[in-house]
Amino acid sequence: MKARTFQRHLRESLKSLGRNGWMMFASASAVTITLLLVGVFFVIMMNMNKVASDIENDVEIRVHIDLTATKQDQTNMHNQIQNIPEVKSITFSSKEEELQDLIKKMGKDFELFKQDNPLYDVFVVKTKNPTDTPKVAKQIEKMDHVESAIYGKGKVEKLFNVLKISRNVGLVLVVGLLFTAMFLISNTIKITIFARRKEIEIMKLVGATNWFIRWPLVMEGIWLGILGSILPILIVSVGYYYAHKIIAPRLMGQFIQILNFSPFIFEVSALLLVIGIFIGIWGSAMSIRRFLKV
Amino acid sequence: MIEMQNVYKKYPNGVIAANGLNVHIKQGEFVYVVGPSGAGKSTFIKMIYREEKATDGSIMVNGINLSKLKNSKIPYFRRQIGVVFQDFKLLPTLTVFENVAFALEVIEEPPKSIKKRVMDVLNLVGLKHKARMLPTELSGGEQQRVSIARSIVNRPRVMIADEPTGNLDPETSWDIMRIFEEINERGTTVVMATHNRDIVNTIRHRVIAIEGGKIVRDESRGEYGYES
Repeated sequence: MKARTFQRHLRESLKSLGRNGWMMFASASAVTITLLLVGVFFVIMMNMNKVASDIENDVEIRVHIDLTATKQDQTNMHNQIQNIPEVKSITFSSKEEELQDLIKKMGKDFELFKQDNPLYDVFVVKTKNPTDTPKVAKQIEKMDHVESAIYGKGKVEKLFNVLKISRNVGLVLVVGLLFTAMFLISNTIKITIFARRKEIEIMKLVGATNWFIRWPLVMEGIWLGILGSILPILIVSVGYYYAHKIIAPRLMGQFIQILNFSPFIFEVSALLLVIGIFIGIWGSAMSIRRFLKV
Repeated sequence: MIEMQNVYKKYPNGVIAANGLNVHIKQGEFVYVVGPSGAGKSTFIKMIYREEKATDGSIMVNGINLSKLKNSKIPYFRRQIGVVFQDFKLLPTLTVFENVAFALEVIEEPPKSIKKRVMDVLNLVGLKHKARMLPTELSGGEQQRVSIARSIVNRPRVMIADEPTGNLDPETSWDIMRIFEEINERGTTVVMATHNRDIVNTIRHRVIAIEGGKIVRDESRGEYGYES
């Protein structure tokens, strides 16, 4: 396309936006609401995924050693566990250390237990691959002097289930909104086509190519998409900036972290813009195909 | 050159508007197409500039086989054909100059050449002095002259006119015909569907009469042949 032609199409598309002010506002608003939901949903999903994988990476087997085990038994167990090929590391934590941990987590009230420590000595076992954890745990459970081998299976599975359900619900919602926005854009373009049908008729008569007629309409759709994506990008960016500022310090020192503002939010912004433009193109394409016989 | 062989056209609603048309129009000819309303004149005309596609048979215009012409190539074909209508089809928000220039802009002609070519054709139709006026400020005859200027600004080899004098008073109609004559004298083929008996009987040219989708009469320097 020649630069001059491109300029003409640009001018025509902007003129037409101004002409159908209210319809344009409705379409852009629909895109805004859609993208806002997509944006918020996406940010939450990505962070939940991050948290889930943090937890998954941290899954460790806590092997409770029964009280009858001697020092020698413990050394034997240690060797036995280390010989399992999937095991990455094994650390010993005495029941006194365990209690200190508990007091740190739960508060001073638990210092009462210092007089009669009810806890077990523990081996903390990590596997090379988180998915091997259940298998290794079962193997360890069969060993002598093992009271129990516990791992965070339940927690992770629950989280993944919540993740899956909310992802599906969100997806249905977003797809529905996407179609609403596209429908509104296609209506706006339809009105443009009707408003300019005489012009289009003459263009066809004197031999304008089909793409010459289509381009301003496609651009109008793109404009609607871009206009609609501005507000969601701002809201999601500013919102995440503050959310990150509030949440991140509270997670300091823990193994779970939320995603950093940059580059994550720039990726989300780009994604929203691309989706906005895509909705715009699709919406206008629907009308062009149906109402413009070129 | 326009050539039709056994052209047949049936519309989706079942109407047969062309039922075996055979015609040969040489480059530079002036042809009137006459016949009662609904006889198939408009279809005949529309098939020449590929607004309608023949259901069967073959149509050649300027050496292009219209039944084999791809949709994407139609615009380029149209640039060789000028079309004028009864209702002028001017854009009311554009000036006379812009209306004519529009035809060149949308086929992406360089702006440098547009101004000169537009002024040339406006001169030809005698409206150079009204270039800055809006169509609504002009009389019907003047509007039709603008629309003629637009149709020839791209120097077409064939000019199609569908009842160009249908909305004009007799006096103005003669003015329009003088312009068509001049265009024809420059070598452009003119095909004009008309109901204007006086014009056909006074400015004698070839007459093709169509009834029921068939050519019932084809005479050089013929008469209108209908009562009114």
